[in-house]
This record gives sequence, C-alpha cells and structure tokens, in this order.
Amino acid sequence: MSPSPSPSLSRIPFGAGGDDREVHDDTSSSRSDLGVGGGTAMRLVVPLQGVVQGRGGLVLGSVIPCALFYFFQLYLRRKKPSSSPPTSPFPSSGDLPSLSVIPRTTSRSFFSPRSGSLPAPVSSHTAAANKSDACPLSAGHRRFVDDPYHPTSNPDGVIQLGLGNNQLLLDLVRDWLERNVNASLLKGRNEDMGLGGMETYLQYDGLMDLKIAVADFMGQVLQGSVSFSPSQMVLTAGAASAIETLCFCLADPGQAILVPSPYDSEYEMNIKWRTSVDVIAVPCRSTDSFNISVAAIERAYNQAKKRGVKVRAILFSNPSNPVGNLLKRETLYDLLEFITEKNIHLIFDELLVGSVHEENNTCMNIAKILDAEDFDKSRVHMIYRLSEDLSLPHIHVGVIYSLNDSILASAAKFARFSSISVLSQRVLVTMLSDKRFILEFLHLSRARLINMHRLFARGFKDLNIDCVNGDGGFRCWVDLSKFLRSYSVKGELEMWEKLLDSAKVNMMPGSSCRCIEPGWFRLCFAALSENDVDVVMGRIRRAIDEGHKI
Amino acid sequence: MASGFQDEAAEHHLLSEMASNGGHGENNSLYFDGWKAYDRDPYHPTLNPHGIIQMGLAENQLCHDLMEEWIRNNPEASICTEEGVSCFKAVANFQDYHGLPFFREAVAKFMEKVRGGQVRFDPDRIVMSGGATGAQETLAFCLADPGDAFLIPVPYYPAFDRDFCWRTRARLLPIHCSSSNNFMITASALESAYQNAQKSNIRVKGILIVNPSNPLGTTIDKHSLQSLLRFANHRRIHLVCDEIFGGTVFGSTRFTSLSEALEADPSADRRLVHVVCSLSKDLGLPGFRVGVIYSYNDAVVACARKMSSFGMVSSQTQHFVGRMLADDDFTSKYLAENARRLRERHAVFAGGLRRVGIRCLEGNGGLFCWMDLRGLLKEATAEGEADLWRVIVGEVKLNVSPGSAFHCDEPGWFRICFANMDDETAERAVRRIRMFVEKKQMKKTMRWVDGLRLSLPRRFDLEDVALTPRLLSPQSPLVHATT
Repeated sequence: MSPSPSPSLSRIPFGAGGDDREVHDDTSSSRSDLGVGGGTAMRLVVPLQGVVQGRGGLVLGSVIPCALFYFFQLYLRRKKPSSSPPTSPFPSSGDLPSLSVIPRTTSRSFFSPRSGSLPAPVSSHTAAANKSDACPLSAGHRRFVDDPYHPTSNPDGVIQLGLGNNQLLLDLVRDWLERNVNASLLKGRNEDMGLGGMETYLQYDGLMDLKIAVADFMGQVLQGSVSFSPSQMVLTAGAASAIETLCFCLADPGQAILVPSPYDSEYEMNIKWRTSVDVIAVPCRSTDSFNISVAAIERAYNQAKKRGVKVRAILFSNPSNPVGNLLKRETLYDLLEFITEKNIHLIFDELLVGSVHEENNTCMNIAKILDAEDFDKSRVHMIYRLSEDLSLPHIHVGVIYSLNDSILASAAKFARFSSISVLSQRVLVTMLSDKRFILEFLHLSRARLINMHRLFARGFKDLNIDCVNGDGGFRCWVDLSKFLRSYSVKGELEMWEKLLDSAKVNMMPGSSCRCIEPGWFRLCFAALSENDVDVVMGRIRRAIDEGHKI
Repeated sequence: MASGFQDEAAEHHLLSEMASNGGHGENNSLYFDGWKAYDRDPYHPTLNPHGIIQMGLAENQLCHDLMEEWIRNNPEASICTEEGVSCFKAVANFQDYHGLPFFREAVAKFMEKVRGGQVRFDPDRIVMSGGATGAQETLAFCLADPGDAFLIPVPYYPAFDRDFCWRTRARLLPIHCSSSNNFMITASALESAYQNAQKSNIRVKGILIVNPSNPLGTTIDKHSLQSLLRFANHRRIHLVCDEIFGGTVFGSTRFTSLSEALEADPSADRRLVHVVCSLSKDLGLPGFRVGVIYSYNDAVVACARKMSSFGMVSSQTQHFVGRMLADDDFTSKYLAENARRLRERHAVFAGGLRRVGIRCLEGNGGLFCWMDLRGLLKEATAEGEADLWRVIVGEVKLNVSPGSAFHCDEPGWFRICFANMDDETAERAVRRIRMFVEKKQMKKTMRWVDGLRLSLPRRFDLEDVALTPRLLSPQSPLVHATT
C-alpha cells in the first residue's frame, strides 16, 4: 500500500491538468470521467501536500492520506474502460457516484479551484445545480415521461404521484379559458389600452387590477373573515420566486432560516441556492404526527446561535407539504411569541382553497390572523400559491403578502427579475372577477378535494397502512416503514425503486423531504381522477404482497 | 421624533443588507430621476401638452398596429383551443421549465431570421427566463461567484448594475471607450481593463457586450467580434453578448451576431459563448416578459434551465408567442416594416438635430440616438452635464438620459429614445430640442457678438455657430483633459 503513494501525489493533480489541456479542444465526447475526479483531486491535494511537505519525512503523517490516494486512484482507474477491480472505501467517495452523472462538458470547469489553462470556470451555483440531477424525484419523473399511465391507452404505464400539482379542477378551468380568454384580450383593446397595456412599461410587481382581483378572491375563499389589501401585495412569476424574493429581502448570505422538516423538496433550491442563505431543518416526529413543536424550534435556534449563525426567520408551509397538517392555533400563538422575543420573521407558505378537508376548529389558515390586532404584523409574511390553488400550475403566479412596507418595497424591486406576463395577468383578472365561476370553482374544488382525500385514506386503511390524517393540501403522507428491508434511507430508496419498477407508482420518498424517519412517502392525489385511486391501491398492494413473499 | 427614528432603525435591522443597500441604483442616478420627473408630469397631446416627453424609455412602439392586426387574424393563438388543450395537460407538470417544444422551436427560428439566416440555433439550447432582466441575472448567477467580475465597454445600460450585479454580487469593470473612434472597443482598452483587474486581484470571469449597443445605437462589426472571441479564448473567460436589440437594426449593413462570428472561427471554444435575446425590443412586447438565454455551454444550459423556475414564462404566453413567431410571413413582414419605420424615425431625429448643428453618433440599430451636446456644456465635467440635463428635463421638458448614467467617461453625451412615441410626439420632441439649442446658441452668439463688438447679420450668426460644436467635437482638448 505504501510504496506507490508519493509519485501519485504529484501525478494526480498534474495528470488532471494535462488531461484537460488535451481534451478541451475537441468538442464533447471524449471528455473523460477522469476530469471529474481530477478536479476533486485538486481540492484534496492542496491540504494533503501541506501534510506531506510541511512535515518533511514524517511518515506517519503521510501514510493515511497516501493510502486514501491509492484508493482514489483505484477508483479513477475503475472509471476507465479497461480497469482493475473497483472497491472504493475512500471515505468521502460517497458523493462521487453522483458527480459522475454530471453532464460531461461541465466536469472539470467547476470543480477546479483555479482557472489556469482550463476552460473558464462557471459559478458554484452551476456546480450545485448539476449535482442534483440524480435525485429520485427527477429520475422517477423521467420514468413517468417515458411511460405515462393512461386509463385506456396505457393502463400499465407509470402513475405519477410524486409531483405536487393540483389538477383537480383542470377541466373546469380549461372550459372557462376556452370560453373567455379571447374575450378578455379583446376587451383590453376596446378600452383603448392597445395590446392590453402590454406595450407600456410594466409595473413589475403586478398590475393593480390583478392585485385587487387577487385580494378579493382571497377574502372570498376565507368567506369574508379577513379583508386583504391589494396595496400590501407583490406578485411574482410563481411561488418559487416569491420565496426566493422574501429570502433575499430578509437574510444575508450565511444567515439562516429555520424550516420544520419534512419540508417541500424544492425549498432548499428556493431558499438557499442563489441567496446563499442557510436552511436549518427542524425535525418534526411521527410521534407528534409531524406537528411543529416550538420547543424544537427554540432548540434549533439556540444551537445555531451557539455556532454563531444568525437566524433571520422561520418558514413553513401550511397545510404542511408533504404532511398535510394545518398549524394548530395554539402553536401559532406560541410561534408569534417566539419570533417577537427573538426579533425574527415568520414566513408561511399557504394554500387557501386547497387547505381544508373538513371543518376543524383547532387548526387554521394563518392568513386569518392577519386582520387580528394583537401582534407585531411587520414580521409576519405570507406566500400564497395562487396558481396552485387555482389548478393553474402552468400560469405561475405567486403572491407575497406582507404588512411590512419596507419589505414590500424591496420585494417589489426584486420582482423585476420575475414578473408575470401581462397576457397571463389579464386572463387572471378576468377569471377572478367572474364571481359565478369562482363560486362554482370553490364549491367543486372543496367537494373533490374532500372526496379524493377520503378515497385515499380509506384505501390505505384497507391496506393496513398508516397515513397522517391531514387537514388539507393535495397530498397524503404515508408510513411504509414496516415494509422496509432495512430501516434506513437506503431501505427507503430501495422501497421507492421497487414501487417504481414493479408497481409503476412514482411517489416521493421522505428523505427527499428531509424527513428523519425512513419509510415515509408522499403521494399527491390531486393529479388523479377518482377511478385511478383503485388502480393505485391495487398496485401498492401487489408490491407489498410480493415483498412479503420474499 | 426620536421614537420614529428608532422605529426606522429597527425596521432596517429587520431587512437584509441587500434589500437595504440600494443596489438597484434607483436612488442616486439621474437616469431614474428623469423617470420620476416624467411620472410627475407626463406629456399628453391634449391633456398635458406642456408635460415632459418620455425619451428615456427604450421601447419599440412603432409596429403595434401590425401586432394587433395579427392578433385579430389569429384569435386561436391567445387561447387554449383544441390544440391548446393538449398543451394544457402536457405542460402542467414539474418539468415545464424547459418550455413548450414548439415555443422553443419558434423562438430559434425567429432568432435565425433576425440574424439574416446566417446561423442555426438549436431549440434545445434555448432557456427561457423572465425578460432580458432575468436572463442577465441568471447568466451572472451561472457564470460568476460573488466578487467575480465581468468586463463591459462603457458607456453601458445603467440597469446592468442592478440586473447583473445586485443579487448575484458579481461586478462590472469598465473597458474604456472614447468618442475619438466612435466608442469602438479597442484591443488595448480591453487588455488594460483585464490587466487592471488582475492587478487589483479581481477574478475576471468574462466580457459582457451589447450588440447593437445600448446607448450608442451602433453595431459591432464581425472583425471586432472575432477579436473579442479570441481574447476570451486566450484568457479562458466567457463572452456574453446581449443581442436584445438585434431585431432593431435598420441601417444598410446587416446585423452580425456573435453566433455568426463564432461559426466563422472553428478554433474558438464554444463553451465560452452565451447570447441573451428577448422579445421586448424586437417585437415591442416587454409586458410578455420573454427573455431567452442561448448558451453554447451544456452546464450553463442545464443550470440556467433550473433557474428559470424563478422567472417562469407562463405556458399561455409561450403558446401565444410560439404561434406568432412560427408565422413566417408575419415575422418577415414585421421585421422589414419595423426596420423601415425605425430608419424613418431615426432620420427624423438625426436630421432634425443636424439642422441645428447637433451631431448624433452614426447609428444603425437600437431604439435611440447617442446625442452629442458637448458644445452646450458650461464646463466639461460631470456637474456640467448634470446641470445641462436638469435644464433639459426641467425647462425643455424632455426626459433624456445623461451619459454619466451610462458610466460614460466623457461628459456631454445624452441618450434619446425615439421609438416609444407616435409621429406627432416625435415631431414635438425634435422641435423642443431645436428651439432649445437655437436659444442657447443665440445667447452665446450675442455674448460673443457683444464681446467682439461685431455686428453681423443675425441669420449668418446662427448658421455659423450652428457648425461650431461639430467642428469642435471629435478632438476637443477638454475631452482629453478629462480622461
């Protein structure tokens, strides 16, 4: 083991560099995987060289790193076509397999600490982005796209339950659009607005007309218990940018936002990818039915403080995505007290139409308290997923509602980077102003949501599978832990793969939502029709039965 | 009073540094001040004929009649009809940040057309983002880490400081260009900008150019593009070209895109090249928020595509735009007519100003003229320019944008936008400038006449002085003194 290391020390970094020089002229195909490892090696070499050179002939100091390198080389050789046996007990090699999935051209550029003769490095954002390609969510989705289920034309296809889309009322909305969109465009012209105001310079944070319509609509959904003010709103192209915008407004790079986990798998991308704000997960447990615990939040806050990390806000979805809980009234008051005491913000990411399955007095839409008198409103901000609530996921409208004027002003400026097409804004204004349609929509939406939720809950009960009895949302959060072969993330992913392969059902594994207990899965039922429920349940049953036989 | 102050301090404490640092640049720029002035007192032909005419807005409103006609004739484009229904279901999923395939194909085809059919674009490399603003920011996020720099020829569009730098914390470093060679980018200026950055230990990640240039209204020739490419290759840095005004080239020479220069140079590393396009200027549809990144780098395409979830183009808009751009006859007719009208409008301004001896930089594209008022400055400094600007906004009632807002080194240049108004307003704007210049020159002449105790026929004076700025302009010693 020990004889080879010292040449390899110098050769690996050098070799990697030389390799680049040869490769970078040809366009794509022959860019070897060695580049990937090469770049990573460079990172390691610097400290390791320090160890070796700094201590001169100190054998002990170099044996370990050298051994590591020996294995590392083995790993690299394995990647070449004609290679020696693999095995890489290299401690940090855990993330190497995922690196090799990265599109080839990118490989060297961003793992290399220096530019030198290499292709100009892209940013760390690019590096981070392309790493996540390997996540189960996208893999599962690809399978679905290749072989999508259809009740008649492809009954054996993959059923997609992994996405969070609400398509319950797609038919209703589509019919409305067919009847009305043209009219709404033409109307603009008659009102002497040219192309509906599309030619003039834009109010980047949303047209006032739309804000008024949205405020009305929100009030209507909450049956008039709250009145929303259009002037306290910023509209963005989708909830993702609404969340990112608020994070840009509230936190500086290196500061943190507490997020109760399990949480929406997209949160990390939305909150921290471009802002460099940290996400600190605050685990919720199955013993509490995954309800938010203020004590846990306080612990996380104190730990962060000890590490010198400044927490700027708490963010969570309501009803919780993936779990489906609505926040308890009591918990909310405790949270409000907590944020006031610590001088931080509270951001809640809410659905209104899709929020309530049954009447329930202990849980609530937080939006309802925005009218209340007795707390500091400047630190509570709402994100409202309008397009999701409306079954219009592809129109992409997110709402930031805040009573803090300076944050609104900043958010309005940031909204420039993600403003909504005026075309869509006009359509939405017309749609939301059609009171008859909205009434029908709300009524039907509620009925279908409750029905689907019941069907799923009953289906799982029949299968003897526990699921959290959610109060709202478009998802079920189910416990398949008793079917895992090993009680670990690995076991969970095996289960996920099995469900995808044999049962052809794509669900989201809890680990993608940063759930600390393995075996939980999220299913979105709002993209299905009623008749599909039995199919889904049948498939899951078969998969489980097979598992038992083995 | 005291408590009010405390409240404000506490409030600020609650905001991030970025949200309160004014990085949007709107608080201390004459560019934005001009807009605010316009908002307070906007011109209207009948309701407020003495209001300020907006000439600070680079928007293209000359061909909206064509657009409206098309919408009237193609009602199915704007709605989700039969064929729309299939798109409706298909796009309602997680991967929709790729954009509808036919939308990307139509955009690629349109981009090819704008570039005279000289290059081909691969629809799979087209990444959509929320307007050119979003596209710029996305590219900055993809290519630069905080503190990294891009080199940019001055003068440049003021909002780049916001779009490219504010949230990404990247920087822009100037490549100095001077009026002596019509603000062309020279190899030595480029090299010295790069060297300066090296000396200050700033990592240069790329060059950002705008072609046709905003505010100059000039295009960059193929030769210069190729030298820029060579430089980028030599230094292993990126070359980002903002071609959002590509469809507004109205001069006799054809628009040469960076892609064309790239095709002509097989030795260039394509992965360093990125192009930004948008429909806001070419088609005059800023409200649609359709910006496009075309990158030759796979990693950047993949990353930018993910980032497009922060600035989605709604599929309804994609549907509409896709239909419109796929209509070959319409786009051909539109581009030709657009160029013709822009040429005419440009002539109205350039010609009108020339008659009072005001020179504009010889432009062949864009929606603006780069107007040389150095002859009217009291003193050739930034303050002199700001004083003159105040007079133009406050008394002449035109919102023009001063060169200082564009980081121009030489005081006395102003950008005037000419495509965001109708013919009547344009005439009025030209008249206002001419009257102002004539009045100024008259005063000057009178002083001069008084001073020398000469008495010449008045008509002759005017003609004579009218020529003065032009004679002075290119080699004025004052100009050199300031650089």
